[in-house]
Amino acid sequence: MTQQELETIYEALAKAIDAIEDGQRELYLAKLALALVETLDDLPRAMAVIEECRTGLVEPGAAGSKK
Amino acid sequence: MRPAGRGELDSLYFDYPHFDPPSRPASEEPCPVAIVGAGPVGMVAALTLAQHGLRCVLLDNKATFNDGSRAICISRSSFHILDQLGVVARFLDKSLGWTLGRSFFRGRQILEFAMPDSANEKFRPMYNLHQQYIEAFLWEAVAQSPLIEARWQSEVVALEAAPGQVTLGVQDPNGRYDLQAQWVIAADGARSAVRRLCGLRLKGDNHEGRYVIADVQMAHDYPTIRRALFDPASRPGGTVLIHRQPDDIWRIDYQLHEGESVEEAMREESVRASVSGVLREIGHEGGWDLEWWSVYSANTLLLDDYRHGRVFFAGDSAHIVPIFGVRGLNNGIADAHNIGWKIAAVIKDQAGDALLDSYTPERRGATLDVFANATKSTRFMTPPSHGWRIMRDAALSLALTRESAGALANPRQMTPYSYADSPLTAADDEGFASGPVPGAMVQDVALADGYLSDRLGKDFTLIAFGAPALPDQPGLSVVSLPSTGAAAETYGAQEGSAYLIRPDLHIAARWRQASSEKIRKALESVMAQARKTA
Ligand SMILES: Cc1cc2nc3c(=O)[nH]c(=O)nc-3n(C[C@H](O)[C@H](O)[C@H](O)COP(=O)(O)OP(=O)(O)OC[C@H]3O[C@@H](n4cnc5c(N)ncnc54)[C@H](O)[C@@H]3O)c2cc1C
Repeated sequence: MTQQELETIYEALAKAIDAIEDGQRELYLAKLALALVETLDDLPRAMAVIEECRTGLVEPGAAGSKK
Repeated sequence: MRPAGRGELDSLYFDYPHFDPPSRPASEEPCPVAIVGAGPVGMVAALTLAQHGLRCVLLDNKATFNDGSRAICISRSSFHILDQLGVVARFLDKSLGWTLGRSFFRGRQILEFAMPDSANEKFRPMYNLHQQYIEAFLWEAVAQSPLIEARWQSEVVALEAAPGQVTLGVQDPNGRYDLQAQWVIAADGARSAVRRLCGLRLKGDNHEGRYVIADVQMAHDYPTIRRALFDPASRPGGTVLIHRQPDDIWRIDYQLHEGESVEEAMREESVRASVSGVLREIGHEGGWDLEWWSVYSANTLLLDDYRHGRVFFAGDSAHIVPIFGVRGLNNGIADAHNIGWKIAAVIKDQAGDALLDSYTPERRGATLDVFANATKSTRFMTPPSHGWRIMRDAALSLALTRESAGALANPRQMTPYSYADSPLTAADDEGFASGPVPGAMVQDVALADGYLSDRLGKDFTLIAFGAPALPDQPGLSVVSLPSTGAAAETYGAQEGSAYLIRPDLHIAARWRQASSEKIRKALESVMAQARKTA
């Protein structure tokens, strides 16, 4: 995927998340994830991405971070 | 429960019989087998023993059948058992067979699933029939059997085990007495007194989510297709199941909201309001009558060991499973059929006591298998936490545009359990490239005149393809089939192949090239004859 393509996707996602009403965003993202991994059609890679995205969610020591 | 003004047995479509207490002799001989509980499982156990020529006493503390329609889905494998017991005709006549299920999300259909079926199957994957009829039809056969002595209004209140014998303390309207039995089958249901008397407890989990099941009588035009409504307008965030039963009775099964009080939900007005909301949603505009309702939660509970000395637990006394898999009753029927032939073989001295030790691994294994499937279904129907809920909703929402996601809503109702890991199951013959494996239930095939299942014996059966050498074994039925054609293909067989089928219709062993020696040895091993206790 080119830098340009990735940017297009990045923007589309930002706009979609903004356009979705409060309370529906999590559902949207979960649905998107499910649809994308099915399209990916590769179990090991999907599992790896699922784990990858769990990391780095909270900056270590960042103000206001709670667990 | 029933509407105000109607008694517990005041059904719109079923007349409950009344059974008097027994007039029993002043003294009696010990009986070979006592069965506690004349629910569906106890009656199947009694009929199985009778089929193998064994006497039993069947005790129940009530004066009639269970109230309410309760378990309504009977699976193909149970129909095969009923057929083998010679009682299936009445069931076929009255029940409604079905293969299809449909799931809806917010009113839109997202999935239609068909359970495996073909012209090679004598029975449909599932049949709907109210539990009172299940019990009534079994009772007709029980009442006719000279080998079964049924005693109603007879409650087991004490149990004492001694070497070689169990003494039950029984209370009936005429007093209390001791009944001695060589073996006991405890089919006394979820609140089993025998379990308590043996000092045993069910172990496992209680899941989130409570459901109300309500039966209504109405003229409603929809085929016998199981409908599952996810997040319907009538019960936002909840799940509703709808099943058709005979006699214009419909089962409406709906989930209570988190925090909704069960007491409140069980009030007649609440049930009426909920049901009418669902009926409006499925487009039923005519009238309807409320028949019966009840509440349940999805539990996965079971005993560590289904055998306790000379006592065997079968049905709800041994396991409580979530009903989405419709395996509670079906598994209980298979329990009874499994332990029945084994006890008969041991009493008739055809098998060693060790045969009985295969009961727990086989039947408890079946329950654990149900748990694995039902836990998945339960999590889908009643997500236990935020993560499960959000993914469930994501799958349902995605299913509106992608059929594949709808498959996640499949209730997986028909995975027959295989005894592959049982001590009774022989290692597979590696020569087979296809066909049912040892441990699996026998696979039906349409033959020129009926079905393969019609030709199975009451005891062990050998299905022989072509003309393998056969042992001269008393009680062994032989079904000879050609070594080519549909049946041979289904069984991956060639000239000389054979399958050994147990009395409970599971495959004990198979050989690409059978011989009388192999067959004789396999029978000996299944019957634990080498380990026979004196
Ligand atoms: C209210 C209710 C609703 C249900 N709904 C569904 C459903 O929708 N779908 C589904 O699949 N399953 C349902 N079930 C479960 C289903 O009914 C059981 O799985 C099935 O009846 C089990 O059969 P059983 O023979 O093991 O036990 P039971 O049918 O419970 O029979 C046990 C028998 O033992 C008798 N007994 C108990 N104690 C003693 C004693 N001490 N001495 C003598 N006799 C005794 C009882 O009177 C009873 O007749 C429901 C159960 C209940 C209670």
